[in-house]
Formats: sequence, structure tokens, C-alpha cells
Amino acid sequence: MVGLSQVLQYIMSGVTVGSIYAIVAIGFNIIYGTTGIINFAQGEFVMLGGMIAVTLASFMPLPVAVAGAVLLVMLCSGALEIFIFRRLRRPSLLQMIIITIGLSIVIQEVALHIWDEKVRSLPYFTGNECSSVRLLGAGLSPQVFWVLGTVGVTVTVLHGFLRYTIIGKAMRACASNVSAAQLAGINVANMRTLAFMVSGALGALGGCVISPITMTQYDMGTSLAIKGFAAAILGGLGNHMAAVPAGLLVGLAESVSVYFLPAAYKDAMAFAILLLVLFVRPHGLFGAPEVGTSSREF
Amino acid sequence: MLRIRNLRSGYGSLEVIKGISLHVERGEIVALIGANGAGKSSLLASIVGLLPPWGGSIVLDGREIFGIPAWRCVSHGVVLVPEGRQLFPDLSVRDNLVVGGYRNKDRNLDIDQVLERFPRLRERSAQMAGTLSGGEQQMLAIARALVARPRLLLLDEPSMGLAPLIVKDVFAIIRGLRDLGTTVFLVEQNAVMALAAADRGYVLETGEVVMEGRGADLMTNPDVKCAYLGKASKEIWE
Repeated sequence: MVGLSQVLQYIMSGVTVGSIYAIVAIGFNIIYGTTGIINFAQGEFVMLGGMIAVTLASFMPLPVAVAGAVLLVMLCSGALEIFIFRRLRRPSLLQMIIITIGLSIVIQEVALHIWDEKVRSLPYFTGNECSSVRLLGAGLSPQVFWVLGTVGVTVTVLHGFLRYTIIGKAMRACASNVSAAQLAGINVANMRTLAFMVSGALGALGGCVISPITMTQYDMGTSLAIKGFAAAILGGLGNHMAAVPAGLLVGLAESVSVYFLPAAYKDAMAFAILLLVLFVRPHGLFGAPEVGTSSREF
Repeated sequence: MLRIRNLRSGYGSLEVIKGISLHVERGEIVALIGANGAGKSSLLASIVGLLPPWGGSIVLDGREIFGIPAWRCVSHGVVLVPEGRQLFPDLSVRDNLVVGGYRNKDRNLDIDQVLERFPRLRERSAQMAGTLSGGEQQMLAIARALVARPRLLLLDEPSMGLAPLIVKDVFAIIRGLRDLGTTVFLVEQNAVMALAAADRGYVLETGEVVMEGRGADLMTNPDVKCAYLGKASKEIWE
């Protein structure tokens, strides 16, 4: 039998990766909500964040390196919107998906050239790989708390931004009804750029905090994108905050699966969840199927 | 206030607005009536730039606003209440108003005033807009536009899909807008209500203005009567 401490260990490791899936899923949602694009290059933002921070950290203090990486990725993703997505006239959903997948391949190749295949990682924010915090008998890396803390704070700030600021409300309005948002005087094109920037910054921040635990490699983005996408679908696409429990669930399912199934099945869990949700509850756990159509009814 | 000359517009290669000229003076309520597919909504969409116009001119208070992007219209004082309300269904009633006043620095003040005018909306200000009844949604759509402080309010089919009693309420609100100093240009299939509320009216047929005149005159015009008012109008108005 497994002891309490072991269960806790599984849960904490699941929650840690899960919170990164949640970050990726929120990124998906923000971009999807405001632009209608499902951005499969979302995972690359995480990779770029980690990689750039690793490079910057070699000649500047860690916090500055992380801030610099987040800023750079934010600008890059904003540029992607301005120079690519804004130029496309009424592309179909399929075109969009192919374009974002193409972009993710290009970004990976560029990363491969800049940083080669080596697995890199940021130093632990506090302590080192041997230090651990005792919690109910389980030994946890202090970085776990950095990840959870950062994700928690970021999600809260983002939630506040979307709920209580005029720009956040305008962003939700764009997601809700584009032409009505334009009629209210909102420059929708700029809102889309902003959505890409927020998404990029989120991903990069996630990439930095997780880097000491899972390491950073040029091709880590693909699997993150898929798992984050599974989380976004599980929570209901476009539903920002539902992505958090959904991401944690995907992470937990993965880490718990290792106990019951061969470890090779771990990566299949996200797909299994994705398929299950699409079959059983395509609008997600927390999404309401009728949202978005009610304004057109009498 | 608004002067449209020879405006042409359409979708793809299909011309829907075939050289329309009309004008709206400050403080007026002007109605544009016409059958389904006459181009009424396309005209409004072309004015605000949701549908890029092909040619002609749209002058507002001496300034050419032809072809400006839709989001700039608000800054010129033109606000459209679109057909079918087009609310933000998953935002609260209050947040719908907040977004409506996106370009208005004193939006909180204006929201309070608007909520005073529409007590029903105040009661429901925390509710999601999508859960309102049809009449309440139309009121919210008008209220949301008012928060933007329009000088010229464009209304697209405000009576569509509403029960007759609610339609009366909505038109009472529209007539009340005059006291606020708002000029109204409305487009309606419900010709009786629209002409009764309007100072002047235009009749649109397949993309062209075929008749214009004072609202009361149009209502008694035999051609208009026959084509748009139907028998029912006799019972109501005679």
C-alpha cells in the first residue's frame, strides 16, 4: 500500500505540471476568445520563455532574466499577431490551425539553431535540487511552491484584470460579440494583439518557473500545447478560469496514472481525456453549450 | 447634421445600396421604412463602417465620415443599436453598459443616469445580459448606446421580435430621447410605429429612396398605406 506521504508526492507533482498546463490552457483561451484562433504555437511561448531566461541568466541576475524573458516573448507574440494574423483576411478555422502549427514548427527550428538540442534549465529559484521542504512526511522541492505561487498569483491578477478593468471588460466584449465591440468604439485589432501579448507573457512565465523542475528543450512546446489544449477543452474552450481546475486535473491524471499503468502511458492520459471530453461533453466540464447564442434569440 | 449623398454599398459584387441620398437634422427623429431586403440594415452598416461603402459621401456636422472604421464612429458621436440587439450575453448588464461607454471618460456618471432612466435594468444590473427578456435586451441595447453619449443614434429594427405592448414601451423611450438632445435615425419594418414616432420619413425600395416626407404625411399617403401599413393600420389610426 502507498502511504500518505507517497500519495501526497504524486498529487503535488501532478498539481505542479498541471498548473503549467493550466497556464497554457489559459493562453489558448485568451487568444481563442478574442481572435477565434486556436493557437497551437502556445507551447512554444513556454519553451521560448525558459530558453531566453536560461540565456539571459548567464549574465544577469535571475529575477531580471525571468522578467526579460517574459517581456521578450510578450513582444514576439504581439509581433506574430501584427505581422501574420492581422494580415490574413477572413481565414478559415482550418487555415488558422495549419498556420499556427506551421509557426510552432518554425519557432522550434529557430530554437534548435540558436540553442541546439541540449537540455537546459534555470537554477532553482531558492535552494538547489537537493533541498526539500517537508510536508506531511513528503519531501517537496521548494521550486514546487514557486510554481504554484507564481501560477496562483498570475491567475488571480489575470482574473482581476478581465473582471474589473475597462480593458479587460473590453477584451471579454470582443470575445462575446466582435461587431458590437467595434460599435462601442473598441479597436478590435489592437485587442487581438493584446490577447497575443498576454498569452505569450503567461506562457513565458510558466516556462521560467517550471524550467528547474522539468528542464527546457527546444521541442518541449509540442506536448505542452497538446496537453494545454486538452485542459482548455476539458474546462470549456474560451472559459478562462475553468482552465485552472482542468489543467490541474490533467496533471493529476498523468501523475496518478504512473502508479496504475506503465509509465509510457503517462503522455497518453491527456489524449484520453481530450477524446473522452469530446465524446461525452464537447462543451467542457464548466462550459455551457448555449453561451454566446442567447443574444440572438428573442 | 447627417448628410448622405449618392451612397453606394453592397456585398461582394452585389450592389444593395444604389445611390441613396438623405439627410437628418439636429433634434429630429427620422424613420426609414421599407420591406425586408430593401437594404435598410445595409445602409446603417455602411454609415458606421461595419460594411465598407463603395462610393458617395457621408457628412456628419460638416465632417466626412465616409469609410472610417466602425470603432472610430463612436468618437464622432454616431452610435448604432444593431439589429437583434447584439448584446454581450456573457457580460453582466452593468458591464455591457461599461463597455458601451468605452470611449467615454465620464462613463460611471452616465451609467448612473441611464440606470435611472431604465429602473428595470438597475434591478438586473448584476445579471448576465443573455438572461434578460427580449424587451429588456432591447432596452439594454439602447441604454448601452446612450452611455457612449451619441449625438446621432442609429436604431436598426428596435421593434423586431418584441410583443406589441413592449414595442410601445420601446417607442416611448425613442420619443423620449429627443429630450436628451439626441438625434435619432431609425430603420423599421414596423412602418406604423416608426412613422408615428418620426418627424420625417423615407421609404426605401430595393436600395433606393422612392419617397420622402413628413411622418404624418407618409402615413396617409395611399401608396405607402397600401404597400407598408396594410389593413391593420386602418383599425389603429382611423
